[in-house]
Amino acid sequence: MADSAASPRFQHRQSAHCESGVVANLLSHNGLKISEPMAFGLSSSLAFAYIPIVKMAGLPLIAYRMPPGNVIRGVEKRLNMRWVRQTFRDPAEGARELDAQIDQGRAVGLQTCVYWLPYMPEDMRFHFNAHNLVAYARDGADYLVSDPIFEDFNRCDSASMQKARFAKGAMASHGLLYYPTQVPSEIDYETAIRGAISRNYKYMTKAPLPVIGVNGIRYLGRTIDKLGKDPAKREKYLPAFLGHMVRMQEEIGTGGAGFRFLYASFLQESAKLLNNALLADAAKDLTDAGDEWRRFALQSTKMCRGRAKMDTAPLVAILNDIADRELAVWKNLRALG
Amino acid sequence: MKTDDVPQDEARTYGGAKKLMYAVREDGEYTGVKSAGWEVETYATVSAVEELDRLRDDAVARAKAGATSPLEAHMYVRRMDLATLSAVTGVWEWRVKRHFRPSVFANLSPALLARYAQALDLDVATLKRAPD
Repeated sequence: MADSAASPRFQHRQSAHCESGVVANLLSHNGLKISEPMAFGLSSSLAFAYIPIVKMAGLPLIAYRMPPGNVIRGVEKRLNMRWVRQTFRDPAEGARELDAQIDQGRAVGLQTCVYWLPYMPEDMRFHFNAHNLVAYARDGADYLVSDPIFEDFNRCDSASMQKARFAKGAMASHGLLYYPTQVPSEIDYETAIRGAISRNYKYMTKAPLPVIGVNGIRYLGRTIDKLGKDPAKREKYLPAFLGHMVRMQEEIGTGGAGFRFLYASFLQESAKLLNNALLADAAKDLTDAGDEWRRFALQSTKMCRGRAKMDTAPLVAILNDIADRELAVWKNLRALG
Repeated sequence: MKTDDVPQDEARTYGGAKKLMYAVREDGEYTGVKSAGWEVETYATVSAVEELDRLRDDAVARAKAGATSPLEAHMYVRRMDLATLSAVTGVWEWRVKRHFRPSVFANLSPALLARYAQALDLDVATLKRAPD
């Protein structure tokens, strides 16, 4: 399993994705031992969406999972537990509440802006407002932080923490802090897993818009095909678009392939819990789809770097192949009932 | 992805940190594996950072030459763009753009200056000077 670092006050487990990591670590801390993939899977957080009207640095939003907050809300529904979630109009009030909770010995989840976190490597500092972490203690003017993306604990001074929590703009946190209450001591896995998969099946195959779910993957393929045929966009915009896709896929959060592997790991864990071969097969097939996502990133990067001739046909073919594979996975999971 | 295939290309963008990935062991079981970086991801990140640096250097040079206001330069120093600065301050994009004109910027109200300064985490005096 993932490596962990223990403090008497909190057990840190490194995670692939910040929100599922924080949720799994906070629930485990409060007595419900749960893995990161299980938290991700039970919240039905796997997705695909290509949203041309929402721009990030002038390029369209491409998401490989449900929007921020979905893991937190998703486990609440599936596990029949409750979170206390608070946002603050007044930043000073937000700081007082955080300190009060920590001083009571509580570990608290926070939504922050990556840019202002002092321990973030320089090249990773972007204005992204939905990064989750846990603050579990105070030491002088510093907060002791368990940021699940990192191998070990970190430290964040209180001035930076204030800026990170109260950064404004898209997906602004408004100082969001959260911690679980009413945590069940065990999970009815049979019901929870079936319910979570069935919901995720709907997101991926029955979305009312052509840009969401499996159809969205094909839609993106058609977009790339069009860009390749447009002489005005082929030279500069297409490589920028592909580079942006790779960043969205591999760097932001954990990336498209990363989320496929995370969900496949959930399916495998579920297969064992329910002793179900269908789930085990679905885990393998989704892993193959994840490998194809990585092949897509590799191929398009080669083309962007000029190490291979820019040719959209093989890229579109990979995307269509991924769509076929993911659709097959979900159709098989449908039989789970 | 097999555990052996988890990329270990020392990425300068990670600053020595390692990222966790889920991969499949020889016996078919999923496990968490630390990755030092993947060349493909590093290239994408570095391209993005280089583009931000280019925008910053360009704006700083123009601000020093008086061709744009210090506001635009400070915005790029903080790795923001027009859309981000507008969202963070709540000032319409067309207004922010107008404030990039040195003559307009010179006459900004203290309240607006304070709003920009707060968003960029600067004091007003620093905001009024072109960054080095």
